[in-house]
Amino acid sequence: MNLIKGIFNTSLGRKYIMAITGAGLFGFIIAHLLGNLLVFAGPAALNEYAKKLHDLGPLLWVARLGLLAMAGLHIWSALKLTTENREAAGKRHEVKVDPVDRHRRDDIVARFAARTMIFSGLIIAAFAFYHLAHYTWKVPQINGISGEFKGDFETYYVHEVDGDNNQTAFVTPLPQGEGAEGENASDVYRMVVNGFNVSWVVGFYVVAIGLLCVHLSHGLSAMFQSLGMKNKNYGKWIDCGAKAVAILIFLGYISIPVAVLAGFVK
Amino acid sequence: MGKELNLKLKVWRQDNTDDSGRFEEYDAKGIDTDMSFLEMLDVVNEGLNEDGKEPIAFDSDCREGICGSCSMVINGVPHGGQQGTTACQLHMRHFSDGMTITIEPWRASAFPVQRDLVVDRTAFDRIQQAGGFVSVRTGSVPDANATPVPKEDADLAMDAAQCIGCGACVAACKNASAMLFVAAKVSHLSLVPQGQPERERRALAMVQKMDEEGFGSCTVTGSCEAVCPKQISLDFIARMNREYGCALIKKGTV
Repeated sequence: MNLIKGIFNTSLGRKYIMAITGAGLFGFIIAHLLGNLLVFAGPAALNEYAKKLHDLGPLLWVARLGLLAMAGLHIWSALKLTTENREAAGKRHEVKVDPVDRHRRDDIVARFAARTMIFSGLIIAAFAFYHLAHYTWKVPQINGISGEFKGDFETYYVHEVDGDNNQTAFVTPLPQGEGAEGENASDVYRMVVNGFNVSWVVGFYVVAIGLLCVHLSHGLSAMFQSLGMKNKNYGKWIDCGAKAVAILIFLGYISIPVAVLAGFVK
Repeated sequence: MGKELNLKLKVWRQDNTDDSGRFEEYDAKGIDTDMSFLEMLDVVNEGLNEDGKEPIAFDSDCREGICGSCSMVINGVPHGGQQGTTACQLHMRHFSDGMTITIEPWRASAFPVQRDLVVDRTAFDRIQQAGGFVSVRTGSVPDANATPVPKEDADLAMDAAQCIGCGACVAACKNASAMLFVAAKVSHLSLVPQGQPERERRALAMVQKMDEEGFGSCTVTGSCEAVCPKQISLDFIARMNREYGCALIKKGTV
């Protein structure tokens, strides 16, 4: 009980929460990226993978609730810490930082990514919500695609087995209007291709992924510090590694809409 | 004698804690480049005295960089921004003729301004009183090597013990966090044998007190380390994060 109190009621404890839930969410970001990259392996690979995920049933719900809990805790402690920090800082110094040794300015002023964690984080959260509505809840009004069937991702299903008439498993779409949630496999591949053919959807996506990259470039190294696992011997490696991973994640995620817009994935 | 400088000062003046305060401008004429920053302020104050005006109140004591009294933000940087230097050890040769220098007190909710550049830093004392000490008498000087301390640990403990509690870390931090100060104090005693019996209690009590006093938390920006006149390393914050976590598991409560 004291352990729980010591974690939730102190600033250090809340930083542990930030770090651990952040690490968990980072795990999801990696897994999600690897899954998404299957789009380059063709419709069969992506749709089959999606079907397997859906068939996990209760396990899928455990993962979903776990993610929701981690995101909730991450946001809760972020808001709480930010409020406390604002109160603690109060009225700040008014002049611009101008040290007598000019070159030390960059060391003294907090970097952009560190200063804007709460903003990048909240925008990413808002995007995640939109992204869920777009592809998971399949709200037709927000995907920017017109047409009764094409615009409604609820109608995107594929044949799961090879059949007559040149049907290929997980590739051939079911005739529009047929197929139902839970009974047929979703045509995720077509959702991705049609979804990312809308330029403003891609615009949102690029901005959100860019902010995720900024957020991770600080967060991935700061979590080691918060958990007491950083020092000057290998701290530089952690800092560089965080930036490199953030850029790789940016490139990985961005490659999908770029490939769709370029007509490479269709 | 060095060169002479004529400067403009923009100084924060505040009559008491409740006063809202304002910047006032002063001329600092004929400042020798060999003077320290505080000696420059002494010269300006003499002028103000002669004119029958209220001199600028600022803290100072040892004027050799070890007491941690001088607390002023010079051009937006605590202690002025020379590496490993307190304001009293900052020389006027770093400034150029005709320059405007802005001087402000530390700004943080936990450090209320008492007057002009003087802030109340007793919050640090109260954190220290919460556990930054060894409560048993350790006796007179022991025989050499009676209590073996590995050289690496002694060095690290000494690095941490260099903290003079000036509060520049709090003033530099965007969150007004006292993590670097508390980390130095917690680490210092946790590294030597004399500090072991109260190790967990100390970490828990000092962190709790730090939060109570209304300091912010750490965003790992590194600003504190960059302005620290004793160059206390950010590594000590990681060490304290570890100490606190272990103490929570081992002891749980103060």
